[in-house]
Amino acid sequence: MTGAKAQNATAISVGLRRRLLYYFPTIAIAIAVIALWEIIVLIFNIQQFLLPRPSAIFAEFMLQVDLWLRPDERSILFDAGGATFWEAFGGFAIGCGGGILVALITSRWTIVSEATMPFAIAANSVPIIAFAPIMNNWFGITNPASKMAIVSIIVFFPTMINTVRGLTLVDLNQLELMHSYAATPAHIMFKLRLKNALPYIFSALRVASALSLVGAVVAEFFGGPRATLGVYITQEASAFDFAKAWTAIMLASLIGISFYLVVLIAERRLMPWHVSFREAD
Amino acid sequence: MGWGALFMIAIAASGINKIFNPGSDAEVVALQDVNLEVEAGEFISLIGPSGCGKSTLMRLIGDLLAPSSGELLVNGMPPHEARQRRQYGMVFQAATLYEWRSVITNVELPLEVMGYPKAERRALAQDKLRMVELADFAEHYPWQLSGGMQQRVSIARALVFDPSVLLMDEPFGALDEFTRERMNLELLKIWRQTGKTIVFVTHSISEAVFLSKRIVVMSPRPGRITEIVDNTLPYPRDFNTRSDPAYHELVAKVRDLLRDAAGTDSTGADEVE
Repeated sequence: MTGAKAQNATAISVGLRRRLLYYFPTIAIAIAVIALWEIIVLIFNIQQFLLPRPSAIFAEFMLQVDLWLRPDERSILFDAGGATFWEAFGGFAIGCGGGILVALITSRWTIVSEATMPFAIAANSVPIIAFAPIMNNWFGITNPASKMAIVSIIVFFPTMINTVRGLTLVDLNQLELMHSYAATPAHIMFKLRLKNALPYIFSALRVASALSLVGAVVAEFFGGPRATLGVYITQEASAFDFAKAWTAIMLASLIGISFYLVVLIAERRLMPWHVSFREAD
Repeated sequence: MGWGALFMIAIAASGINKIFNPGSDAEVVALQDVNLEVEAGEFISLIGPSGCGKSTLMRLIGDLLAPSSGELLVNGMPPHEARQRRQYGMVFQAATLYEWRSVITNVELPLEVMGYPKAERRALAQDKLRMVELADFAEHYPWQLSGGMQQRVSIARALVFDPSVLLMDEPFGALDEFTRERMNLELLKIWRQTGKTIVFVTHSISEAVFLSKRIVVMSPRPGRITEIVDNTLPYPRDFNTRSDPAYHELVAKVRDLLRDAAGTDSTGADEVE
């Protein structure tokens, strides 16, 4: 018993060490880039408004964190982060949910999905962000729905295209097996096609998680309430308070990365069998 | 001919033609005037070079394709009805296991589709896994198994709902020689235990001779049956069978038949090794 336990503990520490070794180059590069940035700004005496030092950005960020943590104060930056996150997340949920739903419905009829795919692929190549001013007119510039609409259109097409591919690119023999069991269309859909589509759907969701935040922030550049990241960045930048603008960029990055990681964790939970998660022996 | 004789016949094909893309430039006569009777419980092999229509014939029997003309009966029923009544177990060259399912839930899949209760599903699947000697691997995932083991799971899955006909399309074609010979022995054992009618598509002469009671030799362009060879080697067959002179005579005979079949076709004379 104790032997097995000790062995287990060794296995964990070995795994941890291997993981640290694996991520070491990434962490080292991140630290090196930040250090280089700081040194270059110092040596060449670059003006604050052109490029603030990382330490200044970090100090400003900690100030905002401090404000945010005080019950009697407000941090506009964190209010903005929250507002933008909800726009991105709302658009992500509506757009991806809609994309998957439409794919499920159209793939039921091969003719319909084959007829709609070229349109979806064409729409996917359109710079949808260009519609942001129009959405501002439709929904109202301060209404978060105008940003959610843009985000949901941006993520809809890649999600739909990938889901249709996953539902239709099923191994022929696997389909023949289902036919030999005299399976109903519902069985084929839920026991085969949908499972087959999961890896495709998740690769779309990962892209969509990043796109949704980009879409929300850029849509806010075209106008919106004060407490949103896009507006915050444009206003602080035009006021030459670049450290503040950079903290907003930093917060947007943090939200984007966290969002991506949440999707990645959900993916590992929902399809632990997938080839990309298999540990090498 | 009485009813008794009729029910002894598992598969009856008469005057079967199958033409792909009829009337177009891509028209292919996959099968021409195929006549074949397979007895219930018989082990029959379909052999021939690629393009001879052996897989097509198997797919017609299993109602995965429909014949262009001719009559086909499986246990006295049209193939479509036989399929609706779940008379077919299928095994392909690739194990085609669902990678998101464990070994045992893969074997349970047909039972799930057919609406068996959970406890019964589990018991039947465990029983079949024992038969292919993989009971200890029930909770493994397909990618953790070797090719031969995956194919055994696939055979267990094909048999779990007790179909009367087992259709096998080059099931051991992707395995190495040693594993293939072991699988041949295991398949004969399973056949003896279950008494299924087996239609076995292969391009290995030695495999066809070792396994089957009759060997259907086919030739391409158009796909047709050139000869049906009776295999009188006694069952049970084992490792010694392969050193029996009668075995080697049969292998030589089938090889000659395949060469003749290719020889009648002026364009494909060099295709059979």
